[in-house]
Amino acid sequence: MALDLHIEKVLADFELDVTLRISEGPLAVLGASGAGKSMLLRCIAGLEKPDRGRIVLNDRILFDSEKRIVVPARERRVGMLFQNYALFPHRTVRENLAFGIDGEASAARDQKVAALVDRLHLGGLESRYPRKLSGGEQQRVALARALAPEPEALLLDEPLAALDTHLRSQVELELQNTFAEYRRPTLLVTHNMEEAYRLGEQLLVLARGKVAAFGAKEEIFRRPPTAEVARLTGCKNISRVRMNPGGSIDALDWGCRVNVAQAIAKPPRYIGIRAHHIDFVGGTDGSAGTENVFPCRLSQSAETPFRVTLFLTLDSRKDSANEELLQAEVFKEKWQHFQHAPFPWHIRLAPELLFLMPE
Amino acid sequence: MEWSPLWISLATSVTATICTFVLGLAAAVWRERRSGLATALVDGIFLLPLVLPPTVVGFILLLLFGRNGPLGGLLRRLGMMIVFAWPATVVAATVVAFPLMYLTARAALEQVDPNFLQAARTLGASEWRVFREIALPLAWPGILAGTILSFARALGEFGATLMVAGNIPGRTETIPIAIYSAVEGGETGRALMWCGVDVGISLVLLAGLYFWTRGRGPLGRGGGHR
Repeated sequence: MALDLHIEKVLADFELDVTLRISEGPLAVLGASGAGKSMLLRCIAGLEKPDRGRIVLNDRILFDSEKRIVVPARERRVGMLFQNYALFPHRTVRENLAFGIDGEASAARDQKVAALVDRLHLGGLESRYPRKLSGGEQQRVALARALAPEPEALLLDEPLAALDTHLRSQVELELQNTFAEYRRPTLLVTHNMEEAYRLGEQLLVLARGKVAAFGAKEEIFRRPPTAEVARLTGCKNISRVRMNPGGSIDALDWGCRVNVAQAIAKPPRYIGIRAHHIDFVGGTDGSAGTENVFPCRLSQSAETPFRVTLFLTLDSRKDSANEELLQAEVFKEKWQHFQHAPFPWHIRLAPELLFLMPE
Repeated sequence: MEWSPLWISLATSVTATICTFVLGLAAAVWRERRSGLATALVDGIFLLPLVLPPTVVGFILLLLFGRNGPLGGLLRRLGMMIVFAWPATVVAATVVAFPLMYLTARAALEQVDPNFLQAARTLGASEWRVFREIALPLAWPGILAGTILSFARALGEFGATLMVAGNIPGRTETIPIAIYSAVEGGETGRALMWCGVDVGISLVLLAGLYFWTRGRGPLGRGGGHR
């Protein structure tokens, strides 16, 4: 089971250019809106035609610009879950599910529909029209409908975007169960990095139509290969760097000199640390030692229900014109311990949590 | 009392509506997937009967379908004579009603969310099935409205019909033409009576439309979108 892709397509303000080999299991496609994520899916499904390239699904050529092969969407056997589900409003749940297996004998069809109803917990909804369903139910029907013809690959375009927050975790679990059973190439587009991490086994990061990162999600989140990937995976603190002869590194935008545990292959241009990795220590005499410990002051803070984001300026920073502040994220419980402490506070940028990026 | 104008009018309107329905819908589907100069030109031709005076349309039809006209000559060789016979009333009503059907059907088809059509395609449906089972039912309220407009237009057709079908009692004399000749012949009572019949048919049509839209919602069987 594999999907080989080489897609080139000129879009309004950039070019989609993606070469990939996707094996079974879910691949989360992460990218800012307008990065070409949906277009990639639509090219695979046959709803859009790439300018150049080749799409091969299990040795079956779906598209080949050189051989002039363009298999129409209806013959691709690629299931697609649309962002707003696109359930046929004039057909009941049962009729929606049966639409893709229309060619089969009615007994076999009924059996398949019943199996899908069972598998996706749609019992009792069979005769309802889509508008009478809740968002989560619509999502399940759309998923069941896409799975009905037993597609050889499955594409999901922002499957959770249309749902209320409280429904998402439930639907996410259901999706995970479906992915566990459906072991075929699966692409899941999202702009939410947490969703991408939870649902994808592998991760593809798209930036302006190009592959910015592709591989194991843990590795990409731990050591983003580029500053853009770092930003897309939620890293708030990224600074330009200058290498020093002794091996230490100056973080120019933060205004400090740090030691980094990571071995450096290419000369780095950026350094990053995640907001929740910034540690607050009692002072320079603390148990954490003095390595990468810096005095700082609070510029601003922003509260969420359980956490607080602190915008910090290091005392060592000279150019106050630069607006790049360090963002630290802490649980409120912890914040209560030091929120009234006098400045300067001390933060530690642990060498093993800092990562360098060549571009 | 001679009732033939009523039957002729109804037969003409119903037949013309059927023709318009098929032709207008086909033209709308054809137009949906195209753009460009040639299409715009054809579009213009399709819409001409809407803007031209009916007498002009009738005269053009007379030239086309007349004894020596390009289409008339062809039909004559097949042993058919259309001009100044009942089929001419159908041709005139169809041509005049066509733009209304074409425009409303096109608008209705363009209103259908393309996601539905694409979803159907990814589920393996042929283009014909996508049209018949998804596009047509979802566009149906608009298409039906176009059909009713076409019927009303066909029923009221006068100028083009008079030019190309003449006024032959019992054969081409429709209600509007009967009213015209009654007024011309000074038979005010007869003219009033036919006016009453026309008002009656129109009211029935409007009542049907009213109950249909109220009873079934804007989307027919399934109701509205989300």
